[in-house]
Amino acid sequence: MSTAVVDRPASSPWRIPAWAGPVAVLAIAYGVLPFLGGSYIFEAILTPFLALSLAAVGLNLLTGYAGQLSLGTAAFMAVGAFAAYNFNLRIHGLPLIVSIALAGFSAAAIGIAFGLPSLRLRGFYLAVSTLAAQFFVQWALTKFGWFSNNNPSGVIDAPALAIFGISFDGPVGRYLFALTIVVALTAFAYRLANTQTGHNFIAVRDNELAAKVIGVPVLKTKLLAFAISSFMIGVAGALWAFAYLRTVEPAGFNLDRSFEILFIIIIGGLASIRGAFFGAALIVVFPLILSRVGSFLLGGLFDSGVLDMSQRIVLGALIIVFLIAEPDGLVALWDRLTKGFLRSGEATRKS
Amino acid sequence: MSYLSNLRKAALSAALAVSFAIPLAASASADEQYFPLQSYRVGPYAAGGTGFFGGFIDYLNLINIRDGGVNGVKLTWDECETQYEVERGVECYERQKSHPAIAAWNPLSVGIAYAMIDRITQDKIPLITINHGRTDSTDGRVFPYVFPLLLNPYSESSGIINYIASKEGGVDKLKGKKIVVLYHGSPYGKETIPIYELLAQKFGFTVDQIEVPHPGNEQQSQWLTIRREKPDYVVLRGWGVMNPVALKTAQKTGFPADHIVGNVWSNSEEDVIPAGDAAKGYVAITTQASGAQYPVLQEIIKTVYGAGKGNLEDKKRIGSVYHNLGIVNGILNVEAIRIAQQKFGNRTLTGDEVRWGFEHLQLDQARVAALGAKDLFHSINVTWDNHEGDGRVTFQQWDGAKWNVVSDWIAPDWALLRPIIEKSSTAYAAEHNIKLRTPADAEAASN
Amino acid sequence: MFDFDYSFFLEVLVGGLLSGVMYSLVAIGFVLIYKTSGVLNFAQGAMLLFAALTFVSLVERGVPFPLAFIATFVVMAVLGMAIERVVLRPLVNKPPITLFMATLGLSYVIEGAAQLVWGTQVHGLDLGVDDTPFEVSGILISKFDLFAAAIAATMVAFLTAFFRYTRIGLAFRAVADDQFAAFAVGLRLPRIWAIVWTAAGAVALVAGLLWGARLGVQFSLSLVVLKALPVLVLGGFDSILGAIVGGLLIGASEKLAEVYIGPFFGGGIESWFAYVVALVFLLIRPAGLFGQKLVERA
Repeated sequence: MSTAVVDRPASSPWRIPAWAGPVAVLAIAYGVLPFLGGSYIFEAILTPFLALSLAAVGLNLLTGYAGQLSLGTAAFMAVGAFAAYNFNLRIHGLPLIVSIALAGFSAAAIGIAFGLPSLRLRGFYLAVSTLAAQFFVQWALTKFGWFSNNNPSGVIDAPALAIFGISFDGPVGRYLFALTIVVALTAFAYRLANTQTGHNFIAVRDNELAAKVIGVPVLKTKLLAFAISSFMIGVAGALWAFAYLRTVEPAGFNLDRSFEILFIIIIGGLASIRGAFFGAALIVVFPLILSRVGSFLLGGLFDSGVLDMSQRIVLGALIIVFLIAEPDGLVALWDRLTKGFLRSGEATRKS
Repeated sequence: MSYLSNLRKAALSAALAVSFAIPLAASASADEQYFPLQSYRVGPYAAGGTGFFGGFIDYLNLINIRDGGVNGVKLTWDECETQYEVERGVECYERQKSHPAIAAWNPLSVGIAYAMIDRITQDKIPLITINHGRTDSTDGRVFPYVFPLLLNPYSESSGIINYIASKEGGVDKLKGKKIVVLYHGSPYGKETIPIYELLAQKFGFTVDQIEVPHPGNEQQSQWLTIRREKPDYVVLRGWGVMNPVALKTAQKTGFPADHIVGNVWSNSEEDVIPAGDAAKGYVAITTQASGAQYPVLQEIIKTVYGAGKGNLEDKKRIGSVYHNLGIVNGILNVEAIRIAQQKFGNRTLTGDEVRWGFEHLQLDQARVAALGAKDLFHSINVTWDNHEGDGRVTFQQWDGAKWNVVSDWIAPDWALLRPIIEKSSTAYAAEHNIKLRTPADAEAASN
Repeated sequence: MFDFDYSFFLEVLVGGLLSGVMYSLVAIGFVLIYKTSGVLNFAQGAMLLFAALTFVSLVERGVPFPLAFIATFVVMAVLGMAIERVVLRPLVNKPPITLFMATLGLSYVIEGAAQLVWGTQVHGLDLGVDDTPFEVSGILISKFDLFAAAIAATMVAFLTAFFRYTRIGLAFRAVADDQFAAFAVGLRLPRIWAIVWTAAGAVALVAGLLWGARLGVQFSLSLVVLKALPVLVLGGFDSILGAIVGGLLIGASEKLAEVYIGPFFGGGIESWFAYVVALVFLLIRPAGLFGQKLVERA
């Protein structure tokens, strides 16, 4: 983990201003994508991608920047989803966006509680103890019917999305809803990474003792990392439930989800906000491509069981290959590619 | 170097483009009815998925090969793997829903079904959750497109208690008896807690409901508690690995297997085989008998497997619980189409027309026999406001090698349960601003 | 609860201790690898599944019991060495989290391969030990659990002897003590890793068979790692003795908690109680029961 560096926009020989990249991405996300394609691309790819990216940005603040390994991500997502549901259900007239914000704060509170062991534990000991959050939250949400409004099956239905009277129903609407929240929180994360707090995170990660010596409040910093990270993950959980699945049960936020988000930040690149998006894109899209291509090329030869098993193997192998070949994640790969591209472009112009 | 990587990138984006273009290439021919199958052949529940979807596909194949489809309308399908995970199920839904001529969705997963209720209601395509699903979707006034066919979880509980009563010699004999319900620690497991309380009150037995945390691979403490309480019966509402472990631990703590009664998710070969001898004598509820001796199965073996088109890899599994459930599911889907065709014509039907078919899916015992399924399942009587269709249940006992039917067809107390279901469904309707349907609404089908 | 039932208490306690032995069995596999490679091998569960599935499939195809055991052992050894060669060696000196993620990927590969080769069906596994209970002064004791405990004890004795009295064992301990020093004095780390992974494969085989006999051989077998993790936290990731004592403590406390505290919460607290016990303990003693007290940086 200590090898990762702070993510900075790569300086390019063309001196493209630093804001150009994000602006271009936003322009495409808001201006082009909504007019493209059918509902499939929004409902099955873009919206889950956004929710997972946000969760990964949150986890990356905690694990990538502050160096605290957590396996309880899905639990904080669950807290966010169920809290948003309950605020929306029980306080009449509360705007949806406020419910989601409050859900984030609820997740932050739970995050601080389960972050307390980090004051004494490190590494895998901490990671395994965050599993306590994973199992406890799932148990509590199933156990106490109040959380799911005493629905006999414990499954909650999401309310229709609307902010200030503007409805965000329909695939594109839900996408835009999720996109706006994700953009806002990502901007916040970017900002945070470059403040004193962000630097404190890195100091604690790189050398706790040294951080203490130069006057970084280590305990406060760790808990703050848990709080902010859980806030984002909680909001991501609410988006997952409200904008993507539109129904949610505690079992959906299981350990596999926690691992999935950990995969995203490792593959995308630790301590990189952009990496979270790269990683999420790969994790969402890759299995789909694999299953499409697999059934398209080999569907006739093997039955679907064999095909799906092979996919699992390929996915696992891909993760290993990535860790070996590109330990700094997709984001490093991307930077190398774009840099190389720009340089070769420059070379052709000169000649 | 950079040139090479760019080439790689280009290749990747080309692969991406191709892969998303594939589903658009598929299109319907003149007369067909398409079943999108969100199957699961990988992961923890693969054994159930391969059996159920295998049976379903086997029956659809039988109809195509033997009859050339339903009145000339070919049945088509394709599979999308979910691994029993909700978000994969949703992705499959989004992928498959663009296919024309969808007859009905059959996910065999409570979680996936829940995620689809809003979506399929908007699409006006039926969602079949045979033997499971959301109990209050039985109320067709509120859930026009959802069908928990044959048995919902409440009826299952009532059926089990009625069976225990019949074994004890009548419902009056239940008074003073003690029953422990051992349930899986999930929403599914908890769903029937109020129903057992209600039945205990009504019949005067005591009930103690004990939770086993997911996944249930350790049950020492629960069974020691049971041993201390000395109940007359234990009802097992298990799931996956919890079932064989329950049977093993029961043996370990000296509780007799023939006084354990399993529910519909604890009733398959996969649930008992791993328990070995400990499962001998164990009894479980079912809506469809197992075994391959029924005419429809014989025809599948001859026509489908004979032509090398059978779906099960292991032929020993023909006639197993999940395989037969898949076949019954196939019968119900196909008959709903047939019934709808009588009204709308022998052509590709819209989802809403198939919904009408399901709402008139009334198969009496004579019709069931004519379909070659006498004694495989009893009968069904779906109406516009009763989407379960009053399925009967029977009980089967494991003898160490196979299931044997040990009871008559038993009817649950539907009248007792209906008010509870309506209370829940009308609450849902109020929460979602749904206007209750009338028979006239149900009769109209859009195309 | 007023008239306290001592024999019932003892029964729960004994049952819990014996369950704890089963947890220890899984935990030992983790410890072996953690000691030498510093990695929490999440694929241990998948290896367990793979071993049990291979064994049971061979037996079902008519291979005699001892032969199947040896054949499976060989397969596990090959698997262990392959993992060392293909996964671990290229990742030498990478941060622990990277190695951990690699084992997660590995568990996908192994689970997929196991089911691809042997199918997804569930199997029963009969080790020839009848699981009928017998009573000792009113306390019910499971014969199978005693058998499992005996196997576990034998295995631990065997491992201890192996690491104490053989050259490879000595090398193993040197590596566990200080990787760099061991490397500096000329020990061939890859070979030691390969042997340790083989040993972990053997432990997975034994644990897989015992757990497989309890649960049936099926996919869920890989979930037993979740029972082993709190044991590891409590006992220390790098102590075999810790894994055993931790297993006993976790087993006993979670069963007693479920029976005596569970009812106040409506039951089902076992899923997280073990983690809470481990956590509370750790807050008092951060390196676990027997773990080396070192400041570990993730």
